[in-house]
Amino acid sequence: MSAGALAIRGGSLADGTRADVVIIDGVVAAIAENAEIPLDAAVLDASGCIVGPGLVDLHAHLREPGNEAAETVETGSRAAALGGYTAVVAMPNTTPTIDSASVVNLVRQLGERAGLVDVYPAGAITIGREGRQMAPLAEMAALGVRLFTDDGSGVQDNRLMRRALEYASALGVTLAQHCEDSSLSEGGVMHEGAWSSKLGLPGQPAEAEELMVARDIALCRRIGSPVHFLHVSTAGSVELVRRAKADGLPVTAEAAPHHFTLTDACLANYDTVFKVHPPLRTEADRTAVQQGLLDSTIDAIATDHAPHTPETKERSMLDAPPGMLGLETALALALTELSLPMPRLFAVMSSGPARIAQIAERHGELGIGRAANVCVIDPSERWEVDSRKLASKARNTPYAGRVLQGRVRHTVRNGVATVKNGQAQR
Amino acid sequence: MSPHPSPSPPARGGVFVLDAAAIGRAVRRMAHEIVERNHGSEGVVILGLVNGGVWLAEAIGAALRDLGEDVPVGKIDVTFHRDDIGLRAVRPARSEVPVEIDDKTVVLVDDVLFTGRTVRAALDALREFGRPQAVQLAVMVDRGHRELPIRPDFVGKNLPTARDEDVTATIDGVVISK
Amino acid sequence: MTARHLLDIESLGRDGLDHLLTLTDRFVEVSQRRVPKVPVLQGKTVVSLFYEDSTRTRLSFETAARRLSADVMTFSVSTSSANKGESIRDTVETIEAMGIDAIVVRHKAAGVPWQIAGWTGASVVNGGDGWHQHPTQALLDCYTIRQRLGGLEGRAIAIVGDAKHSRVARSNVDAFTALGADVTLVAPPTLLPASLDAWPVKVEHDLDAVLQRVDVVYLLRMQLERQEAGLVPSLREYSTFYGLTDERARTLRDDVLVMHPGPMNRGVEIGATVPDRPNTVITQQVANGVAVRMAVLFDLLAGGVL
Repeated sequence: MSAGALAIRGGSLADGTRADVVIIDGVVAAIAENAEIPLDAAVLDASGCIVGPGLVDLHAHLREPGNEAAETVETGSRAAALGGYTAVVAMPNTTPTIDSASVVNLVRQLGERAGLVDVYPAGAITIGREGRQMAPLAEMAALGVRLFTDDGSGVQDNRLMRRALEYASALGVTLAQHCEDSSLSEGGVMHEGAWSSKLGLPGQPAEAEELMVARDIALCRRIGSPVHFLHVSTAGSVELVRRAKADGLPVTAEAAPHHFTLTDACLANYDTVFKVHPPLRTEADRTAVQQGLLDSTIDAIATDHAPHTPETKERSMLDAPPGMLGLETALALALTELSLPMPRLFAVMSSGPARIAQIAERHGELGIGRAANVCVIDPSERWEVDSRKLASKARNTPYAGRVLQGRVRHTVRNGVATVKNGQAQR
Repeated sequence: MSPHPSPSPPARGGVFVLDAAAIGRAVRRMAHEIVERNHGSEGVVILGLVNGGVWLAEAIGAALRDLGEDVPVGKIDVTFHRDDIGLRAVRPARSEVPVEIDDKTVVLVDDVLFTGRTVRAALDALREFGRPQAVQLAVMVDRGHRELPIRPDFVGKNLPTARDEDVTATIDGVVISK
Repeated sequence: MTARHLLDIESLGRDGLDHLLTLTDRFVEVSQRRVPKVPVLQGKTVVSLFYEDSTRTRLSFETAARRLSADVMTFSVSTSSANKGESIRDTVETIEAMGIDAIVVRHKAAGVPWQIAGWTGASVVNGGDGWHQHPTQALLDCYTIRQRLGGLEGRAIAIVGDAKHSRVARSNVDAFTALGADVTLVAPPTLLPASLDAWPVKVEHDLDAVLQRVDVVYLLRMQLERQEAGLVPSLREYSTFYGLTDERARTLRDDVLVMHPGPMNRGVEIGATVPDRPNTVITQQVANGVAVRMAVLFDLLAGGVL
């Protein structure tokens, strides 16, 4: 497919200025009101829309290889494109784990073949994510992997985490932690508190997350190698990150949409769609996460898109796997639930995550001469989330039936429209 | 025995067919008939059907005592044996059967005999308490329209009625209303 | 008409509790008849779907169903089987295809009865879900207290032991307090739920002091695995401080009821001779179980709500 010329006409930029965007051969050639549009250019109508950089997700489980019944790189990429994303970091908890050059290459190839978003595999910190032996970080870094994580669980062993951070400091990569002290969280299927006590479900205390955030901040202070905190969910974690940043430490943090929109009260009817790790927390935690996004303590909104087949979600609360879909609803949730100014919205959904993933040369900014990764948002469109109509293979969205405001009209990746008028192009 | 259930007042616009004095005469006559038919009251047990038959059972029991015949009186709830169970809200009551009924003569007592379905239910319920030698039926009013092969042994008054009329029989009298 | 369920005590409310306890009284009378069986659920089918072994509860429900003349199907899925991860929905839909009216479910996970209620047109009765609820146990306990003390209003009840992991505690706290009793939980903090903020109970740790001012002592089962999980130093220490030992039981007023949901661990939460005390009503609890479950099944399947 040849990129050719493409014009996005009639929209406004994040700062409100009206501008057409002209793209030639995959590169942004002009951004100006009434820009001159080449005669052969395909035109995307952006009237009433906001035109910004393509979104970047730091945290998606694309499930391939290993669990193609729940999602594939292709279906996950399609969901991402429809959600306005042009880049997605694929989590390494696949089968086999992304813990070697060959699996990195496989996932990258699957991403290229799907051709809907740039797929950046994250590597595991430890082999098989078992928390025992360091994975070949340098081998994967040499292939361009910049984020490493054992996501799904945290690295429990203090010494191993220390060694991994020390080793990583020479590679220019970032270790991303799923903060959960498993000795405190073990068996817990929801947040430990008033609701877990009432519902008779085993809980995970906030401290299971916060202890590991505190530990990694301490290690970061000593070693100086950057640490990224995945899906921070408690008020305590937000405050720890806030103080670490005030101390000038190289820490970053992300929040998942469900942690700023939902609370543990959602589990009252035992719907496993609300089971997720880290768990939905209290209203005070939800507010603290929102505040963290507003005051830049939290750098990114990351979906933690976690598809599961209906069969597995139809198990009991104890046996069902944790996780919920996110790619197709994250932007609309941010628009509907957060009162972020548009520049800040693009900071947490595009430039911030692009910087953390170290892909800022291609993503995160809309500028002349840069790769044409663009997201066109209609902020006035109201739509109802229908789990049957999602592009993801799975159906486990906790937002089914919810009416959201703001939707992606077009997504342009590398100069080619992957989504036109809300329809995926492949 | 449980407290006497309060009789319901005559329906508004109803017509008195029997008054309290006539009820009293009918009760005494029925008590005589029971003794006559059973050659005394040896082995007779009176069971009122909850709720409508309970007052009449007690009244017949009192009338028998006046005749020098001391007969055990109880009540039996037939809710669990009705053929329309599950179709409408129900309020089952406790059954109180004061003596063993094996080989006894049980006189079932109800206020008004209509389709016969309640008596059918009572005959079924009785089996859970034992095997009587005979079962007889006493009613204050037989208003006809039977849907089952059931006939009373002792009747206060035979009263031809239309199907859509309501008949209530209490210790204060018998009333027909639309 | 959508099916009605008995999932928890809370949604019954005081009126619902009163209604079921009154019905129970009728079925206690039925149970005393020569033939303790009534034809109210003829043609109805009740399935017991027990994912967790509990012979006594299952038999109690099945006996109740049979005494109401329902047909009974037993579907046992032992926890040790390979079925751990199977879709509960598949199982329920298979059973439903056989034509059923009620499912009595027992599962180790809280909430499974709610999940099943969403997948079936039959009435669902919670026969115990994880640590969460065991509503028929609470009903039979309330009925037993009513029988012995006349009522629960203003009565002081101590629930002693592992409330954290106890569906009996959760449903009884709801039921006892709804009926006006004053409930105190007595347990080491490690065996209490993480948050009791919304619970209408008092908490105490000195059992001897509490025993002097209660009308009912309700003992919870203490399991060895709590010691293994490090929640108490030893069962011996638990028994010393929180067990109703023979010695402690002698300090009780004679009219104080001692209750236990069974099965008992004699010598742990209850002294060896305490069950034989005149006002220890454990066998009466069991006896009332069948009538309570008759009342529940009758109310759900033949209550005739239009």
